[in-house]
Amino acid sequence: MTSNTSAARTGGISRRSMLKGTAGALALTGGLPALLAACGGSSSGGGGSSGGGGDGGSVDGKTSIGSNYSDAAVKSAFADVVKGYSRAKNVTVNATDHNSFQNNIQNYLQGTPNDVFCWFSGNRAQFFAAQGLLEPIDDVWAKIGANFTDAVKNASKGQDGKYYLVPWVNYPWVMFYKKSVFSQHGYQVPATWDDLMTLCAKMKSDGFANPIAIGQKDGWPAMGTFDIINMRMNGYQFHVDLMAHKQSWTDAKVKNVFKQWAELTQYYTPGGTGRTWQEAVQIFDANKTSPMIFQGTDQVGPQVAKANLADLDFFPFPQIDSAYPTDSGIDAPIDGFLMSKKVKNRAAAAAFLEYLGSAQAEQTFLKPNPSDIGTATDYDTSTYTALQKKSVEIIKSTKNLAQFLDRDTRPDFAYPIVQNALNQFLNNPKSYSSVCSSLESQAKGIFT
Amino acid sequence: MSTGQLVGRPADQPAGPRRRRRLSRLTRRDKIVLALMLGIPALIEVCLIWGPAIATVFYSFTDAHSVAPVHWVGGQNYTFMRKIDPQFWPAVRHNLIWLLVFTVIATPLGMALAVLLDRGIRGSRIYQSIFFLPVMLSLALIGIIWQVVYSPQFGLINGVLGKTSPNDAIDWLGNPHLNLWAVLVEATWRQAGYVMVLYLAGLKAVDPTLGEAAALDGASEWQTFWRVTFPTLRPINTVVIVVTVIESLRAFDLVYVTNGGTDGLELISAMITTYITGPANRIGYGSALGVVLLVISLVPITFFLIQQFRKEKR
Repeated sequence: MTSNTSAARTGGISRRSMLKGTAGALALTGGLPALLAACGGSSSGGGGSSGGGGDGGSVDGKTSIGSNYSDAAVKSAFADVVKGYSRAKNVTVNATDHNSFQNNIQNYLQGTPNDVFCWFSGNRAQFFAAQGLLEPIDDVWAKIGANFTDAVKNASKGQDGKYYLVPWVNYPWVMFYKKSVFSQHGYQVPATWDDLMTLCAKMKSDGFANPIAIGQKDGWPAMGTFDIINMRMNGYQFHVDLMAHKQSWTDAKVKNVFKQWAELTQYYTPGGTGRTWQEAVQIFDANKTSPMIFQGTDQVGPQVAKANLADLDFFPFPQIDSAYPTDSGIDAPIDGFLMSKKVKNRAAAAAFLEYLGSAQAEQTFLKPNPSDIGTATDYDTSTYTALQKKSVEIIKSTKNLAQFLDRDTRPDFAYPIVQNALNQFLNNPKSYSSVCSSLESQAKGIFT
Repeated sequence: MSTGQLVGRPADQPAGPRRRRRLSRLTRRDKIVLALMLGIPALIEVCLIWGPAIATVFYSFTDAHSVAPVHWVGGQNYTFMRKIDPQFWPAVRHNLIWLLVFTVIATPLGMALAVLLDRGIRGSRIYQSIFFLPVMLSLALIGIIWQVVYSPQFGLINGVLGKTSPNDAIDWLGNPHLNLWAVLVEATWRQAGYVMVLYLAGLKAVDPTLGEAAALDGASEWQTFWRVTFPTLRPINTVVIVVTVIESLRAFDLVYVTNGGTDGLELISAMITTYITGPANRIGYGSALGVVLLVISLVPITFFLIQQFRKEKR
């Protein structure tokens, strides 16, 4: 292994050496958790010789891609992307189901990962970079850097300031509404929090029982609302610090976020924690009870009935504190590609990443996709739908792109701790004070 | 093998030294076969049951994640569980409620069904099949079936109650005050059928003349059942108690299918899964939860084994 791993080893018993010990003592197995954790771990024991990023190699060498693009449409779109690469015959793609890929990522990276693999931005990538499982790709960025905005660049770096991610596609978190409903009732897009409250009250009196649809069953959709209210009240930097637990969850600033949010929850469809976001979008799409929903464009677009797509529109979450206007920050999580530390032919993998970092590759990939947008600045936007064009505008004009709560904080803090806390809050918004203190005491146990 | 040796032994010779020679008469092949037949199960037992159990106890005192190096953290996981984790005590409580509902409702219900069906009422076979059907379904499937029944907008129950608009719909599985009970109805639906089959089998074995004799002596139906039939069901009762305890401790599938074991449906087993296989990957903490479940399980297991050994001695 490389210096990174041995550095990590000095911090305590190395997992692998301990596994070996346990395995030796028990003759066959290191126990259930070890089995779960180390499915691939021990097979990579010989990494000492092959590790270290496989310096050099030829650009004409082979590259394997670990992909979570498992849905048929996305899979074939990605196959087209590979076809468009000049050395396509050297590239093999291993597609895994999206959720299993996500749940197994840690074992995957310790075992025999592919040279290049799909992953997310933010802490979710930085976490692995800090563990020495990823290969820095500053050399790739020297070539593709001009294609991206500063906000995207920042989201692609590790905590050590080196580049790790080749950004690919992203989407903003915004409030969706139907143009026809708004024009029929003479509603205006709210610019401030007060406007939003007035609008919700008006909708209620117009017979829309629950102006905002919500489905939090999967545990993450409500994180988006927390993020945006937090950024609108305390700014992007506070969000970053809170996610790194450099700020306390019992801080009055955080409590105020929940207090503010509690005002909004009275307009939610009841029983949100038991409803999937797909069901929530369907309630919204029915135009009967809930004319608005706060969700990522990546999710709402594909769930709305095709006939209603032209009627669909969105606006950025309204301003709360004038110190943090709507263009100061937004959740716009980026999906992209990383290079694993155990890459076999670095030169070939880097060349492929360089290709992925081009507008051409992104464009091929997004051809069948009406919601996500490419991250490259020279992307030909003429093929975009009206909503995609609007997404581009919002992302381009926003100074800071947050990557969403579950990507900006430690994974073991986001799930199940923050998830459960937000559920408790949604089930009983008045309990926000105890939610905050519970979050803080759990954060203290996690961020040590 | 032993009969052959007995034949060869003169009747007047003392048994002691002969026995030693008899053992030595095991051929090498016998020894190898014996060693393999004892050794392989023992090895499997050690590797797949004792090994993981001991490793789990060990990991419960560490901060193991699957990537980071492992540090010894002492009892920190247990402190976190006891004092900080807002899910832990609800989970323990829910496991106990589960046990209580199975003991007080599901088991008597199953027994009552069995007694009724045992009396040979018309169509008893059809009833048997109906009540036993849920037992043949996997718990995950039961969870999915009941989601359709409980669905707030499209479900059978709210449909019958006429409460399907999003405003007054009863959110059976989402409301944290209701969902545990809703899921317990699902669990009871299956458990009662299970218990019923066990008791039916037991009742079939009870000699009907016992009941007739009691009736002749002027005992009421109620008295006959409790004083005569029930005591003869003793072996079945032990099995039912064990099944009830095991089923309530390993309760998992229903809550996991319903909402992953959150929001009012916390169970220790679901928490272990969430922490070990979920994105959190807190293997150390998940192991600590596993140890707690292990210790709780040891109580009924020990009780059961003591009972068994006592019976064997007798």
